[in-house]
Amino acid sequence: MAGTEPLFRMEGITKRYGGVLALDRAELTVEAGRVHAILGENGAGKSTLIKVMSGVVRPDEGRLLLEGREVNFPDPAAANAAGIVCIFQELSLIPELTVADNIIASRPPKWLGMIDRKAQRRLAEEALERAGGAEIHPSALVKDLPLSRRQIVEIAKALARQPRVLILDEATSALTSSDVARVFEVLRRLRAEGVALLYISHRMHEIAELADTCTVFRNGRNVATYEAGTKTDEQVVELMIGREYHNVFPRKPPAPDASVKPLLEVKDLAWAPRLNGVSLSVRPGEVVGLGGLDGQGQRELLLALFGVLRGTTGEVVVDGRPVWLNSPRQARAGEIGMALIPEDRKTEGLMLPMSVRDNLSFAAMPLFSRGGIIDRGAERRAVEKMVKLLAIKSDGVAVPAGSLSGGNQQKIVIAKWLMRRPRIILLNDPTRGIDVGTKQEIYQLLRRLADEGAAIILYSTDYDELIGCCDRVLVMYDGAVRRTLEGAEITERALVASALSIDNAKLGAAPAPAGA
Amino acid sequence: MSEFRFWFANQRGALLALVLFLLMFGIYIANHPAIQNSGFTVEAVGNVVQTAANKGVLLALVAMAQTFVVLTAGIDLSVGMVFILANCVASVVVIGPLPMAILGVVGVLLVGAVCGAINGLVVIFGRLQPIVVTLATGAVYFGIALWLRPSPASAPDFNSDLADFFTGKLFDLIPTSLVMLLVIVLVVWIPVRRSEIGRTIYAVGSSESAAYMSGMPIRRAKFLAYMLAGLLAALGGVFLTFFTYSGEASSANGSTYTLYSIAAVVLGGVSLFGGRGSAIGAIFGALAFRAIGDLLFVFNLDPLWQPLFQGVVLLIAVCIGAARLFQVRNRLELFG
Amino acid sequence: MAETTAPVPSGRSKSWRDGVNVPVLTAFGCIIVLLVLGSLYSPNFLSPEYLLQQLKVGAFLGIIATGMMLVILLGQIDLSVPWTVTVGAMMGCAAVSYGPAGQALAIPFGIFCGLVIGAVNGFGVAYLRIPSMIVTLAVNAVAQGLMVAYTGGFAPQDAASPAMKLIAAQSTLGVPNAVLVWIVVGALAVFLLTRTTFGRAVYGIGNKEAAAYLSGVSTQRVVLVAFALCGALSAFGGVLLAGYAGKAAQSMGDAYLLPAIAAVVLGGTSILGGRGSYLGTVAGAVLITLLQSILSVMQIAEFGRQIIYGVIILAMLLLYGREKVIR
Repeated sequence: MAGTEPLFRMEGITKRYGGVLALDRAELTVEAGRVHAILGENGAGKSTLIKVMSGVVRPDEGRLLLEGREVNFPDPAAANAAGIVCIFQELSLIPELTVADNIIASRPPKWLGMIDRKAQRRLAEEALERAGGAEIHPSALVKDLPLSRRQIVEIAKALARQPRVLILDEATSALTSSDVARVFEVLRRLRAEGVALLYISHRMHEIAELADTCTVFRNGRNVATYEAGTKTDEQVVELMIGREYHNVFPRKPPAPDASVKPLLEVKDLAWAPRLNGVSLSVRPGEVVGLGGLDGQGQRELLLALFGVLRGTTGEVVVDGRPVWLNSPRQARAGEIGMALIPEDRKTEGLMLPMSVRDNLSFAAMPLFSRGGIIDRGAERRAVEKMVKLLAIKSDGVAVPAGSLSGGNQQKIVIAKWLMRRPRIILLNDPTRGIDVGTKQEIYQLLRRLADEGAAIILYSTDYDELIGCCDRVLVMYDGAVRRTLEGAEITERALVASALSIDNAKLGAAPAPAGA
Repeated sequence: MSEFRFWFANQRGALLALVLFLLMFGIYIANHPAIQNSGFTVEAVGNVVQTAANKGVLLALVAMAQTFVVLTAGIDLSVGMVFILANCVASVVVIGPLPMAILGVVGVLLVGAVCGAINGLVVIFGRLQPIVVTLATGAVYFGIALWLRPSPASAPDFNSDLADFFTGKLFDLIPTSLVMLLVIVLVVWIPVRRSEIGRTIYAVGSSESAAYMSGMPIRRAKFLAYMLAGLLAALGGVFLTFFTYSGEASSANGSTYTLYSIAAVVLGGVSLFGGRGSAIGAIFGALAFRAIGDLLFVFNLDPLWQPLFQGVVLLIAVCIGAARLFQVRNRLELFG
Repeated sequence: MAETTAPVPSGRSKSWRDGVNVPVLTAFGCIIVLLVLGSLYSPNFLSPEYLLQQLKVGAFLGIIATGMMLVILLGQIDLSVPWTVTVGAMMGCAAVSYGPAGQALAIPFGIFCGLVIGAVNGFGVAYLRIPSMIVTLAVNAVAQGLMVAYTGGFAPQDAASPAMKLIAAQSTLGVPNAVLVWIVVGALAVFLLTRTTFGRAVYGIGNKEAAAYLSGVSTQRVVLVAFALCGALSAFGGVLLAGYAGKAAQSMGDAYLLPAIAAVVLGGTSILGGRGSYLGTVAGAVLITLLQSILSVMQIAEFGRQIIYGVIILAMLLLYGREKVIR
């Protein structure tokens, strides 16, 4: 399909943010009718590259060439006009507007200077249809849609702009696997129509399934471009992290003695309609995973345990004593010693503008204060210890937490809870959007904490993580635990099977039902 | 059916304000001494409605002005001062024969639009928070008003015919001020609401970064919102002049109108966080707020209690809005 | 989810936006410029008497602005300041007529009334989740209604007690007592904000309430307490003003809302919350007091003062109050 002149080319793109070099003479060539995957760790410059392409930021140096002609995008509207459309990972939808208003957000059809709502609605319906979301009502407000539907609206919005280059930045991260399949169908059709697709994802199997060409970024530069399928996963990861790739997961210890009393027990915990009677128990030293499709109540379970949800029923037992937790403050208290690493570090885990130090010590304040007065010496020592323990990289502890890379931010979230020496640690997808190197460190840390006697519940959307980290995995469906996988039973196949096909899973014993 | 459901969900705030207004105004009118004396005659009701409309329209216009800015997730603390400034300017320039007086009105509106435009430009290009910008510009606008009218006064050749027309009744039946309000809704609010820029006003208030990513005309939308706020506040000021025939630079009046406009907007179902609500809701919010304030008068209570009564009603009204909180089951949602 | 956040916030300049930051320095710079300009007009401007007098007048604003700063740090605002100030003044004075006990308790009683008003504000904001702009506005109206009805119906006595006059109008060793009071309040505020868990929680909530809550802070209680403190400080300002003037009057608080907000914001505290230092608020309060004084000394008419006042505040904000470009 590629003509003599590539559809879009970026040459020598450099972008600095303050002292940080986000892109360093990066190059990229995009051909029509192909799916081009971009790989790289966080901080490798992928997002900046996309922002440059789509007019969100302007490069300090370098040229953008559209069919050989130099172009210049002062804002996203200009890039859109040139046919370059991006589906951002942070949704660009406006919650208070309707689906149709969002899809036709710019340059709506007009009549007498006003928006022609009928025509707009027709266009929106067409776009939804193409994006595989025909069941979404164009008059619904976006804020009333669940996350996965919003993502479909986002894709429809991009399609409505008649893109020639379509950029998908982690566009599938919020989708269920059946939605992903639908979206892939759409993308294949677009490719056949000659649209150039730029695909960014951390999910290797998606890239393997879809991509024609791959480019790996590292430290703001493109380090390799190759035809899809010509490199093994190991080789790709080595290219991404620039060093040899060892087994990321620490070795699992033998299962703890069955006589060991559970530290945390949950009996019939319910919070209608999202939790319908969850029962589980975790012994000290165990890492228990929560599996299943996204949105089967895993998040709510963690929030309920941590005292965030109102009106839960059922019993929570810590150390053999029933407890009633009504706020994170009670959950973190000494005799319970619970910690929650929340889902979204930017809004729930950290105060980004505050210093690394203030963030680190925030949850552990009572430990180094008396009568509400802070002992700053003790605070400093505790903070320094944590920075060292987790190897948090920053220019000192006085810089804002927001200035750190995603991986280091996540380390702060974990460290601020470790400071309290929690006995029960709940983690909500702690490695989402984090680079391989940091992931590895987090895995090691989790295992070490478990070895020291903590009871850990880990929810992850990444199956590899559940397989590699957990001693047991509880597969959830519709707000309840439907199956428990243990030891060697934890395979990708078993996870997928029990997550999707409940009947199969209920059959139980058979090793990993085939063909799920 | 489902179409209606979406429409209803969108208009719920405005409809609630309408119901509140009808209820309050019903009580008001049923107990009004003029009507109790003469019964429900067309004339008696007409007079009561006219008086109420003239007072209500002032606040309705200022509340409409506030709505535009609040929709962008901003706040305009200078609307009251623009209102006062327009009042003072109008008392100076709405003079002479009819054509000249009309020209004067246009001039006043222009002054209001310029005030609003200055607010908008400083907010947009100065990248400052609207609340502090409009606090400061409000002081400036009030200063100018004070310069024009150091003490309450009116021009000797003030065109009172024009004023009487706008405060009188059309065909001896409908208060002209209400008709004007309707006209403003039709020629200002509806077209803006349905235009691309109007939609962007909502979008900016809902999520500015998403609106930017979507390539919407953010700056134009904000600018228009502030400018229209100035314009409508000035229109309110013109009406005030029509009622009083004079201009008075009263800072207490200005602050009161600013504060009441916020109250009216909230009663009218406009979200202070931006992106949700409509000027129509705000108008009913304003009328309802006025009716509540006047209730005391018809029940013959000591006017001494009026401020307390109005305050308590306002407090209760905003607390009712909080009732939904008790349905929130995930406490994280409390922090929006 | 990828690396988007990494480089962006670090953006420009760790060096000069942290620590004793530009806004505070600029505010102090502006104070010096104002004094120099004033001294060109009249050498009196640099005399210790004049400066102490300004500090004394500024102390009232400074104490009220201290409370305002607390709630602004939370990302909220208190529009009930005008009538909370008045309530403090009137209730303090009203207590005086109840014999010696009333005289002795005049100051605490005035402050207590403000505390209650502030607690109502805080309850509305923290527990009912009503936007602070609205709830404080409504509470202001209620406070006004109460005072109007009270003074109209009961004609209470409105003269300040000797103790109020002592702390507001008199001097110790040449230093006005009001300034000493401000120093004490300021020192307590600095301690509260920088050395206590409460202060840390205030900054945390101002930045991200959800994150603070999930860290185990009782955010609602902190908000409630902050508003109560703000009300108490406003009322204390009112008590001092009554002592200074010798009596309480309606609408004596009207002149303090805008300057209090302006003092806090000019001092570099973000109106969105989470960022700001008390030193800046001190600078802001002094700056505004000086500005008002110079404008009145120069005998500029009221309208001119209003205009210049507004323009200068706007200009100073444009100088350093601009938000960073997010993209």
